[in-house]
Amino acid sequence: MSKANPDVLQGTLDLLILKTLARGPQHGYGIACHIQQVSDEVLRVEEGSLYPALHRIEQAGWIGSEWGTSENNRRAKYYRLTAVGRKQLAKEEENWNQLTRAVAKVLRFA
Amino acid sequence: MSLINRLLGSFRKNKLEDQLNDELQFHIEMRMQEFVASGMAPEEARHKAQRLFGNQMLLKERTRDMDTIGWIETFGQDLRYGARILAKNPGFTTVAVLTLALGIGANTAIFSVVNGVLLNPLPYWQPDQLVALYSGTTEGDRGISSYPNFLDWARNNRSFSALAAYRPDSFNLAGMGEPERVPAEMVSASFFPLLGVQPILGRTFLPNEDQLGSAPAVLISDGFWKRNFGSSPGALGKVLTLNGVTYTIVGVIPPNFRYHARNFQHSDVYVPIGQWNEPTFHDRKVSNAMNVVGRLKPGVTFDQASADMKALARHLAGEYPEANKGLGITLVPLKRDVVGDIRPTLLILQAAVGFVLFIACVNIANLLLARSRGRTRELAIRTALGASRGRVVRQLLTESILLAMAGGGFGVLIASWGTQAALKVLPEVLPRAEEVRLDGRVLLFMVAASVLAGILFGLAPALRTSRPDLHKTLKEGGRGSSGARHRTQSVFVVVEMALALVLLAGAGLMIRSLAKLWSVDPGFDSHNVLAAQLSFPSAIGPPDAVRAIWRQINNRLDAIPGVKAASLSAGAMPMGGDTQIPFWLEGQAKPSTFPEMKWALSYFVQPDYLKVMRIPLARGRFITPEDKEHSPFVIVIDDQFARAYFSNDNPIGRRVNIDILNATAEIVGVVGHVKQFGLDRDSTSPIQAQCYFSVFQIPDKFMPMAAGDVGVAVRTAGTPLAQVGAIRDALNQINGDLVMYRTQTMDGIISDSLAERRFSMILLGTFATLALIMSCVGIYGVISHLANQRTHEIGIRMALGAERRDVLRMVLGEGAKMTLLGVAIGLVAAFGLTRLLAAMLFGVSAHDPLTFAGVAGLLTLVALAACYIPARRAMRVDPMVALRYE
Repeated sequence: MSKANPDVLQGTLDLLILKTLARGPQHGYGIACHIQQVSDEVLRVEEGSLYPALHRIEQAGWIGSEWGTSENNRRAKYYRLTAVGRKQLAKEEENWNQLTRAVAKVLRFA
Repeated sequence: MSLINRLLGSFRKNKLEDQLNDELQFHIEMRMQEFVASGMAPEEARHKAQRLFGNQMLLKERTRDMDTIGWIETFGQDLRYGARILAKNPGFTTVAVLTLALGIGANTAIFSVVNGVLLNPLPYWQPDQLVALYSGTTEGDRGISSYPNFLDWARNNRSFSALAAYRPDSFNLAGMGEPERVPAEMVSASFFPLLGVQPILGRTFLPNEDQLGSAPAVLISDGFWKRNFGSSPGALGKVLTLNGVTYTIVGVIPPNFRYHARNFQHSDVYVPIGQWNEPTFHDRKVSNAMNVVGRLKPGVTFDQASADMKALARHLAGEYPEANKGLGITLVPLKRDVVGDIRPTLLILQAAVGFVLFIACVNIANLLLARSRGRTRELAIRTALGASRGRVVRQLLTESILLAMAGGGFGVLIASWGTQAALKVLPEVLPRAEEVRLDGRVLLFMVAASVLAGILFGLAPALRTSRPDLHKTLKEGGRGSSGARHRTQSVFVVVEMALALVLLAGAGLMIRSLAKLWSVDPGFDSHNVLAAQLSFPSAIGPPDAVRAIWRQINNRLDAIPGVKAASLSAGAMPMGGDTQIPFWLEGQAKPSTFPEMKWALSYFVQPDYLKVMRIPLARGRFITPEDKEHSPFVIVIDDQFARAYFSNDNPIGRRVNIDILNATAEIVGVVGHVKQFGLDRDSTSPIQAQCYFSVFQIPDKFMPMAAGDVGVAVRTAGTPLAQVGAIRDALNQINGDLVMYRTQTMDGIISDSLAERRFSMILLGTFATLALIMSCVGIYGVISHLANQRTHEIGIRMALGAERRDVLRMVLGEGAKMTLLGVAIGLVAAFGLTRLLAAMLFGVSAHDPLTFAGVAGLLTLVALAACYIPARRAMRVDPMVALRYE
């Protein structure tokens, strides 16, 4: 993801993070890898954006965090979705779908 | 929740920092493993993984900002940095802090007065319920009331939980060492309970003590209790002898009790008003310096009470038409009654002192702008290293506010000192002066004023400086291009000039008013005249005995070598107490009611009074020694009386009916008018006619009252106060109990009558002078700066053949442009604003062209003089040095 338009992309990044965490707790690196893999390498989360976003979302109360042990036995900070976050995810997904439907319509009729 | 987390985060920075490091470290290592797995060398993989994070410092800062409230930490950093910067420039810092201390200090001082006098509620229980009540013949007229009317108001109203009456008096106190005259206040039993004042010992008056013929009871002040009884509880039940009557002490009034109103004096003794057996006091037609205050019942509004009292006044007018026809009741909220008159003055002073602070801020903004030239490079580097604009502005503002707070701190010292000094020179014109202090609200005001000032003078330079053209600034080595900055500085100077002009115009108008007032002829010659009150021993006896003593006093005083003339004076005294009597001319029908009669100020004097006061005699004769108690009753009128009631006819020989004195008096002379109500207010007072009677022709029934309230006026050869001793001795020889008090020179009385105006003039003048100095320092600074900047250019011009006077003209021209523009704007602003002063002016219009032209000329001259210094320096530039200098 480029830095070009932080306003739009920030909201999208939040959605991607929340969706990823809906599968279960994950650390920052894991979130980045997951988004990259699932999007067939189209979306690359920049480290420079990921961590500020994670900390911001955590302060908003949508995700929580605890220190755990990673697959290869290292200490890592795991993020997990909270109840509030789950509601937020539903809302953001709905917004996103509306947006893409709208854009698709415009593209079809323009 | 999140805010609290972040606030907490701000104070556990280190722990958060470690955790963040661990978190990022994990990420980097995972990436590294990934790269190594794809065949990269470990060292290269580490570099690549780290590069992915870009500027790690910035990332950490941004991430950490999410967990903390960033500005709390950076505020601390900025504060330390700002303090270092300020300490590095002691000259600038000192000038700025001192300027601010003056500005903020003066503002805080005036605000503490405004706060104590206007804003704070009156210091009583539920003060908003308190209302002053007056009798008046017109809407809003605040006249004194008669006691029988007060009793009817108290009985028959439906709006007040209580009404209270009070009037000032003084008593001869005997039996406590030397006999002395003590000020006293007569109050109704309801007075102290109504205000919610609890005695610190004993009780206040009982309702049945507030009646004719009850046992005399007295309340004493805390000070009196301390001095005479050593604050012993044993004082209760002890007796005081006042005017020969024995009073029992029933209570002590607390030391902090204050009540500011006309006809209330803080006294050592308080007695029940209802016990006063003066017959005229119980006459509905006579009002005797008595005022009334009431407390509204809970839930009753001021308007409801006004309507209720209006109806009551109508009812009383119907019932007692002779005394009350046309007499209404005026209600005024007590606080407005106490401080209403001083309110416009204080608000104008607060506005004026606000202007001064504004000018101070503009000056400092200019200094900062000039200084910021040297910092452009520093800030450019910061920006290049990634500081955002907001961050730089915040840092510069922190510096400004730090500066302002330092100024405010010193300002509070100046304020507390200044307030005390001001309150000392300020006589009784300021009600509630003792309630003025530096309280929490004043300190809050100071802090707010400081922060506001800091933002005010810091913002423009910060915005200007924080937007450097990086490339150019760094290339030019920090000199920068400063055209825009000069424009800002010039605008500032113009603003300063305009503000200074407004203040100067205000001060100029006040000075002109006062000068006009001093040149007003009071109608008498106040130089070398001493005025005092005399108290008589109560045992002086029947009216003829009083008259005998009066004659004796006159003879004794005349015999003093330094005394040129002396006269007793009962009734009115110029600019002192006033006594008004109703009359009608002989040959006209007697008006059926009192309020319908004509009223005149009356002076009861001796033959030499005219000589003492040097009032001109226009016609006929003045009172002579032949006008004795049993000779025909004569009256001397003033020219206003003559003009109003006889127009062009000769009034001599005409007769005037004076019901209240049971007499018809023949007019024997006409004298000049005296400005009884003060140099400024007299011409607008409703009662203009004045008349004089012989003090010996006061009817017997008024003699006891007159004897208790007689004044003396003495014309002396030299300084009046030098004769006080001799006069006192002469009185002592007549009777050891004769006491002279409230001794003042007539000059002093006139001067006191102008105290409030003089006070506002002095303050406005001081503020205007400060403004003048500050704005001239401002223009001096900017012109010097401009001239310095153009040294190179001036050098080239001179090398090309420019004359020195061309250079002088060029630099002075810059200053003149700003000055004239500022003066022009200031004139327009002053034209709009001085109207607010109109009520404080006398004899000059708020748009007095002479004043406006004068202050405009003064400001232009002083400003150009300030510009001349740098202009001359520029003129002396040696072209060779100037060209090499760059």
